[in-house]
Amino acid sequence: MNWAVIIPLFVFLVVIFGIGFWASKFVRSSDSFLSEYFLGGRELGGFILAMTMIATYGSASSFIGGPGVAYTQGFGWVLLSMSQVATGYFVLMILGKKFAIMARRYNAVTLIDFLKGRYNNSKWVVLISALSIIIFLFSAMAAQWVGGARLIESLTGISYLGALFIFAVSVLIYVIIGGFRAVALTDTVQGVVMFLGTLILLIAVIIAGGGITNIMDGLRAENPNLITPYGFDGNLSAAYVSSFWVLVGVGVVGLPQVTVRAMSYKNSQAMHRALIIGTIVVGFIMLNMHLIGVFARPILPGIEVGDKVMPLIALEVLPAWVAGIVLAAPMAAIMSTVDSLLLLVSSSVVKDVYLNYIEPKASNQKVKKLSITVTAILGILVFLMALDPPNLLIWLNLFAFGGLEAAFIWPVVLGLYWNRGNKHGALASMLIGILSYILFHNFYPSAFGMHTVVLPIVLSFFAFIAVSLLTKDANEAEGSNFENLERSI
Amino acid sequence: MKGEKIDPRFKIAHREALIGVGLVIFNFIWWFGFAYGLGGQSPDSYTYVFGLPAWFFYSCVLGFIIMAVLVTVIVKFWFVDVSFDEEGGDHS
Repeated sequence: MNWAVIIPLFVFLVVIFGIGFWASKFVRSSDSFLSEYFLGGRELGGFILAMTMIATYGSASSFIGGPGVAYTQGFGWVLLSMSQVATGYFVLMILGKKFAIMARRYNAVTLIDFLKGRYNNSKWVVLISALSIIIFLFSAMAAQWVGGARLIESLTGISYLGALFIFAVSVLIYVIIGGFRAVALTDTVQGVVMFLGTLILLIAVIIAGGGITNIMDGLRAENPNLITPYGFDGNLSAAYVSSFWVLVGVGVVGLPQVTVRAMSYKNSQAMHRALIIGTIVVGFIMLNMHLIGVFARPILPGIEVGDKVMPLIALEVLPAWVAGIVLAAPMAAIMSTVDSLLLLVSSSVVKDVYLNYIEPKASNQKVKKLSITVTAILGILVFLMALDPPNLLIWLNLFAFGGLEAAFIWPVVLGLYWNRGNKHGALASMLIGILSYILFHNFYPSAFGMHTVVLPIVLSFFAFIAVSLLTKDANEAEGSNFENLERSI
Repeated sequence: MKGEKIDPRFKIAHREALIGVGLVIFNFIWWFGFAYGLGGQSPDSYTYVFGLPAWFFYSCVLGFIIMAVLVTVIVKFWFVDVSFDEEGGDHS
């Protein structure tokens, strides 16, 4: 075992625990448990808001997978990753003030509360969205746990089972006791670790490679395609790379784990600050992280498994204890993603399904007990799944992000900005978004050379508009709910 | 709906959402134009800025810096503080 690497990782875990315990004070003393546990009492400031958004979003796939693919593909993949700069400002500007105001009006704690308020308490909208969140995000979460455990396994030499156990226990404890506030604060620490970790590693890689010009010569000598935008074999087309602006850029507006953060901030000053910090930090992390992957190639040629690029290059160019700190970064990325997903799935079960349809009048005490129990049970279920992930789960995970984007983007965005939109349109949009995503994925992937997510988002847009317009008369009376609210001031 | 007074905060929110759309379109054009405009030639004829291929430097490094500056300036000067609570309204 490599103690110089393990000790910084261990210290990192202790800090994360400390934050969880500190945040649990707020959960215990709050008089509005649901809003505190699932939304941090809507008190996030700008810096924490920016960091929690980035950290939730920058998952294992971007942190471990990203540099690995950049290592193989060259600059084309760094170009692709830079489409994520848009998430830094786009999500908060689009949802922005209107979403924050409407969420408060509906007293919404989850994305589904918002949809419920907007679409006249439509039971079907609530149930279908709750179901898709629970199924897709549960699978996504399990996949991330597998990633987290594999990372600990490869860094420390602990067995997969042991690594999974360490990972599960650390995440579960702080999420269960601290709720959203703990998640957001730990995300902030994790975001800072990611920011500094990538910066240190990039500088070390450039020095180890003898300067950028030298690295560039090495890449060009090996394969000139590596420094073009088209990938190592010239197969990364402009259409394909550009379509990632939808998947990881603007489409992120529809992801429930991101939208819930857009209702958690304290005031508009916090939102403004988060816009600026978020754009700078997300661009900085993405650029540095993927450049590390490309620059690693001339220094350590011939790495077969992409996921190992980041750990191997860190151990190669840094002193062991610094590598330990830097490698806490990918772990931070994974933890900060799963913690948010865990809380979100739990809020869907408790708030959106149980409190809406099973026992609306549950006492505060009961809700509290239930929330904590459900979060714990979900965590244990994910742990069991991650031990030996069933095929169904792996299959579902493929649709998790694109599928949820296609399902939610229009009910959220058009729900905010188009008064005529109604529950029938929202339902049609969600169903068509998810189903067409699964069909395209299986029968016609990468249609027209673009990522599979593009067409389902286009289809669900037309479904929303067409069905809303067609059902206009039937819905006039119900639709007034939103308009009355708009007029009421 | 016609002639009814809508919440003044929503006018601000709508304008800021449109700014977001405008920014992302500008961002995309800048990113795409430099990447495939300059990067489309053969790698033998590439020029380099700070050691990086020129297409990459302008598209991704400079493009990112410009977006960061644009967002900062726009938010600082054109985004309006509003209250999110019901009784508050626009206190700018």
